[in-house]
Amino acid sequence: MTDILNTLALISNFIIVPGLAYGSQLALGALGITMVYGILRFSNFAHGETMSFGAMATILITWALQAQGVSFGVLPTALLALPFGILITIALCLFTDRLVYRYYRSQRAEPVTYLIVSVGVMFFLGGLIRFIIGPNDQIFSDGTRFIMKVRAFKEMTGLSEGLAIKTSQGVTIITAIVIVTLLFWFLNRTRTGKSMRAYSDNEDLALLSGINPERVVIIAWIITGTLAAVAGTLYGLDKSYKPFIFLQLLLPMFASAIVGGVGNPLGAIAGGFVIAFSALIVTFAYKKVLAYLLPLSMAPEGLMQLLSTDYKFAVSFLILVIVLLVKPTGIFSGKTL
Amino acid sequence: MSRTQKNSLLFLIMLAMVAGVGIVQSWNVALTIFNLCLISAIMSLGVNIQWGYAGLFNAGVMGFAALGGLAAIIISSSPVAATWEAGGMRAILGLLAGLFAIIIGIFTWKKTVTLEKKRYWPTMVVAVVGYALMRLIIDPAISTIEAIEPAKTGYLGGFNQPILLSWLVGGIFAAAAAWVVGKIALGLRSDYLAIATLGISEIIIYFLKNEDWLTRGVKNVTGLPRPVPYEIALQQTAWLQSWTDNFGLSIIETSSILVKLSYAGLFATVLVIILWLSETALRSPWGRMMRAIRDNEVAASAMGKNVTWRHLQVFVLGSAVIGMAGAMLTTLDGQFTPSSYQPLRFTFLIWVMVIVGGSGNNFGAVLGGFVIWFFWIEAEPIGLQLMDLITSGMDESSPLRAHLLENAAHMRLMTMGLILLLVLRFAPRGLIPEKKR
Repeated sequence: MTDILNTLALISNFIIVPGLAYGSQLALGALGITMVYGILRFSNFAHGETMSFGAMATILITWALQAQGVSFGVLPTALLALPFGILITIALCLFTDRLVYRYYRSQRAEPVTYLIVSVGVMFFLGGLIRFIIGPNDQIFSDGTRFIMKVRAFKEMTGLSEGLAIKTSQGVTIITAIVIVTLLFWFLNRTRTGKSMRAYSDNEDLALLSGINPERVVIIAWIITGTLAAVAGTLYGLDKSYKPFIFLQLLLPMFASAIVGGVGNPLGAIAGGFVIAFSALIVTFAYKKVLAYLLPLSMAPEGLMQLLSTDYKFAVSFLILVIVLLVKPTGIFSGKTL
Repeated sequence: MSRTQKNSLLFLIMLAMVAGVGIVQSWNVALTIFNLCLISAIMSLGVNIQWGYAGLFNAGVMGFAALGGLAAIIISSSPVAATWEAGGMRAILGLLAGLFAIIIGIFTWKKTVTLEKKRYWPTMVVAVVGYALMRLIIDPAISTIEAIEPAKTGYLGGFNQPILLSWLVGGIFAAAAAWVVGKIALGLRSDYLAIATLGISEIIIYFLKNEDWLTRGVKNVTGLPRPVPYEIALQQTAWLQSWTDNFGLSIIETSSILVKLSYAGLFATVLVIILWLSETALRSPWGRMMRAIRDNEVAASAMGKNVTWRHLQVFVLGSAVIGMAGAMLTTLDGQFTPSSYQPLRFTFLIWVMVIVGGSGNNFGAVLGGFVIWFFWIEAEPIGLQLMDLITSGMDESSPLRAHLLENAAHMRLMTMGLILLLVLRFAPRGLIPEKKR
């Protein structure tokens, strides 16, 4: 029995808890991509940099707050700064839309033109971010580091395997739940949300029934900016903030959005978790698990790893490619925003 | 002013700018930039073949360039006898097993059409069994190979052939990969194609980074043989010594310039050949057909053109050109460093070149390669000087000034973004627009 409990603790520590946290971050990012895709109908390559920008804004305000001696007790101060970060990111999104994307909307440009334009925005934002905060690692989390420490867990349960839960992981999961609940409430219950779903579903019909397209676009950017700032900050809290990492995150986020069915918010969330968990499951070394579950004589010698840990990111691309091949419309196909 | 005159003027301005760097900074710097301009121009020609001729958005440029680099080490580095004896044959056998599994997998997929939805299962079983079999064969070989003097070798090495051959082989590697990628991804819509190729190129880089037995991974393969003489060898020749004495030049600088010039000669030759071939192809009935497919797929296929096959063809051709450029780049560097392959530099920057130069026009792609690479390198010193000028009114010890000067180097990303956005908005057809035929 203890063996099974030990296995559970082991799997929780290395797969379930990190998977839930990383999955939430991916899901929030993928929701932003899906939002742009559903309303503006293009794949936004600049979304990673938008997240980076949001995280950067939050970090700068966190530093200002810390300099004033403000803190949030056991929770990271960044959570206090986050609302300001969100506002700044929304302003950035609206500004970019006004200055760049609106022109192409009026031209009724092809999706691929938008894509190239978003690459330009990506370059510009990437440079701007490195110009403001520099290319280096920034650590900005404070407060208590752990909700549950390995030692405390072992003492509490008497198991030989420990379980650690970082505060950032707990904060990530709870914030993600709050944000997603608010988003779904907005999309399903409010008049504006419904008009957005209608617009995403059938543009012409929505226009005929008197929905103002520019208003829908503005709200879509507000939601996208919010999601991007939250996702970027949470990722930065969990794994430290590096400007270059967000270009690497872009693909797993696209993968999440596409795996779930692009344009579908529920799919983006499911996709985020599918990508996060599969990356962890495939690169986890099962040696200890098997040692607990099998009789002593059958315990394996090697690490029992399907793929080396270096391939963690590559797994998500592999899933992306397989999904595009087998079911390009994603798991929740046929449903839009 | 006629079109040709205008275009020649643009090229002349570009050359004058490179010469300007030669005069202001040094001829060594100017030639370094010029060589990379040539390689960039070839890469953007490759992208232009895919995007400009056929409208295919390939965001996997980085992967194909890296495969070209792989060709350079496989062709030119010397074989490592110890590792070959220890596990070379077994590794090859493992790869063959993997290939065999893939063939059986495709065969199963094709032969089980009648199963409809349940079709995935047999193929998946074949894939899983094949993967396990390959790992069983190849894993011991890999660990023995990587254990042999990991600090010096720890990989199989190459065939010790002249590195110039690798330019061709690099093209073939990239073409083979492109055929597989094209088979998988070309049926997708434009933006899905971009995302899929971006993902595949990342997978290629992960593979090159982690399969140490083939590429030494992040330990890099250095000291690849050169197609041109070494500076040291040149400095010891009598003719160069007397020549520099006569003109009163520094022999070290002159030898380095000569080496760079010989590289430039090689690259320029390749560029001219590829440019001539591309132009001929574009003017031929084949080019006309490609444009017809690009502009209206439905109409072209109604006229009996096989759109899928033509897309695959042009995708493979373009990727082969990118692979050649990748091999040339590794040759110029003299080393293969998998971690240097970043999508920003190897995929998106090449795209900026094509768009800014003028998609659909080969001369435009070449000019774009020159202009963008030039600014990519020169944005740093220019940005620094600009910042120095802007902040000159500030206090010498001002932290803001120090910060601005320190981060001025990142101006180049912003410059690229700005150039791309401005061109897309105000001259969407690029510096040298496509000819109306």
